[in-house]
Amino acid sequence: MTTGEKYVTAAYLVLLGTLLVYLLIIALKVGRLEQELTDLARAAKEKQGG
Amino acid sequence: MSTSLRNRSAALAAAAAGLLVGGIALAFYYAPEDADQGFSQKIFYIHVPIALTAYACFGVGAWKALRLLWTRERRYDLESYTAIHMGVIFGLLTLVTGSIWAKVSWGHWWTWGERQLVLFLILFLFYSSYFMLRYSTDPGPRRERNSAVYALFGVVLIPVSFLAVRIAGTILHPTIFTHEGADLPGSMLLAVTVCLAGMLALVATLYRVELAGKRIDARLRELRELLT
Amino acid sequence: MSDYAADVAALARKDLLLELRSRDTLPAMLLFVVSALTVFHFALPAGSSARAETGLLWIAIVFTALLGLTRAFAAEREHGALDGLVLAPSDRSAIWLGKTIGVTAFLVLAELVALPAFALFFHSLSWELVAAVALADVGIAAIGTVLAAMAAASRARELLLPLMFLPLVIPVVIGGVGASVAVNPGSFLAFLALYDAVFVILCWASFEYVVTE
Repeated sequence: MTTGEKYVTAAYLVLLGTLLVYLLIIALKVGRLEQELTDLARAAKEKQGG
Repeated sequence: MSTSLRNRSAALAAAAAGLLVGGIALAFYYAPEDADQGFSQKIFYIHVPIALTAYACFGVGAWKALRLLWTRERRYDLESYTAIHMGVIFGLLTLVTGSIWAKVSWGHWWTWGERQLVLFLILFLFYSSYFMLRYSTDPGPRRERNSAVYALFGVVLIPVSFLAVRIAGTILHPTIFTHEGADLPGSMLLAVTVCLAGMLALVATLYRVELAGKRIDARLRELRELLT
Repeated sequence: MSDYAADVAALARKDLLLELRSRDTLPAMLLFVVSALTVFHFALPAGSSARAETGLLWIAIVFTALLGLTRAFAAEREHGALDGLVLAPSDRSAIWLGKTIGVTAFLVLAELVALPAFALFFHSLSWELVAAVALADVGIAAIGTVLAAMAAASRARELLLPLMFLPLVIPVVIGGVGASVAVNPGSFLAFLALYDAVFVILCWASFEYVVTE
């Protein structure tokens, strides 16, 4: 691999890496939202019962 | 989210995938190797579309901000915020890919003679402060309007800084490196256009995902306040 | 229209009189700009070019303006007077214009000391430099007033203002330094005038949204 090729690969990997990091952030967020929703649903049920 | 909206997001995502893969394939297998720069010129096919996409995001953010001030509809606040959020991500990508290109072209990670990079540095600093403004102001109409006015400042700052960096380059830095000005052969132009379309579809998809996430966050907060 | 002008004049006069009585901003700006020039003398290696010295003058001006802007809405905030001003039956952009005139006046007064001090410490002034400083003052005050009002509404006031202010005045510094050292100062002065015109209109039109509760 020439130096030029290495840098070109690096540039494209930066794009790919950013997208993957974004995916990770969204995955964490969805997990958190799911947890919050579960808590809220439980709170709603308790409120209705009590 | 209604079914038709979800389908539109899916269509955008599919378009982004197809166009980006197609565009990058065109860049590597169809467009000829650049006579001056050789293989390293291939960075151009993502660097320029990313930069233009960042501009588009800032533009959309300012447009939504204007709509907020005009109509006083609060939903525009999150839309403007999300667009600028995407713009900052793509602005950072522009800086990184641009500095890789500068390294391979002239051996330095940073050159003040590279106008687009300098401009993006200014914009990146400016829009990073947008987040500071948002985070340190209490939520409410006041924050929405301040953020909107700041977003409008940004869209005016872009051409003004462009001009400033341009005239600064002509006087203060006698040697000007530039990637502009070269006539693009049709095949290169085709590849970069397809990449640009793909990048725009990608950012539109990300925008929708991020906006949906932020809206869910806001609604959950409302719900929690109602329940407790 | 004459009502509008009267409102603006009253507001600007109020700021100046307040300062005349309390004297808490202008002396600080004067002291700061002279201290900054003194520090710059020692920061520059001996025999530095006139270009480097001029560049540092611009840094001193920008940071002195920042110092004044941090205090621009201090009086209103301490006494909760901004709400009263906003509710008053005058056009809200008049508040901006009055405040901007006040800030510009402070800045000009500070420079009346800073520029001769610069000429004394470093090298003589060209008329292009003075013209560029005058043009820059208008743009700096116009933008700074809006940003100071924004920062006043946030929790991180003094911290937030420089972060928002500095990226926006980079073009002013480019234009100002260019006008002072380049061979064709005319285009840089024209650029500064353009900057002033664009941002004065934008600030004038948008200030209303920043202060309305």
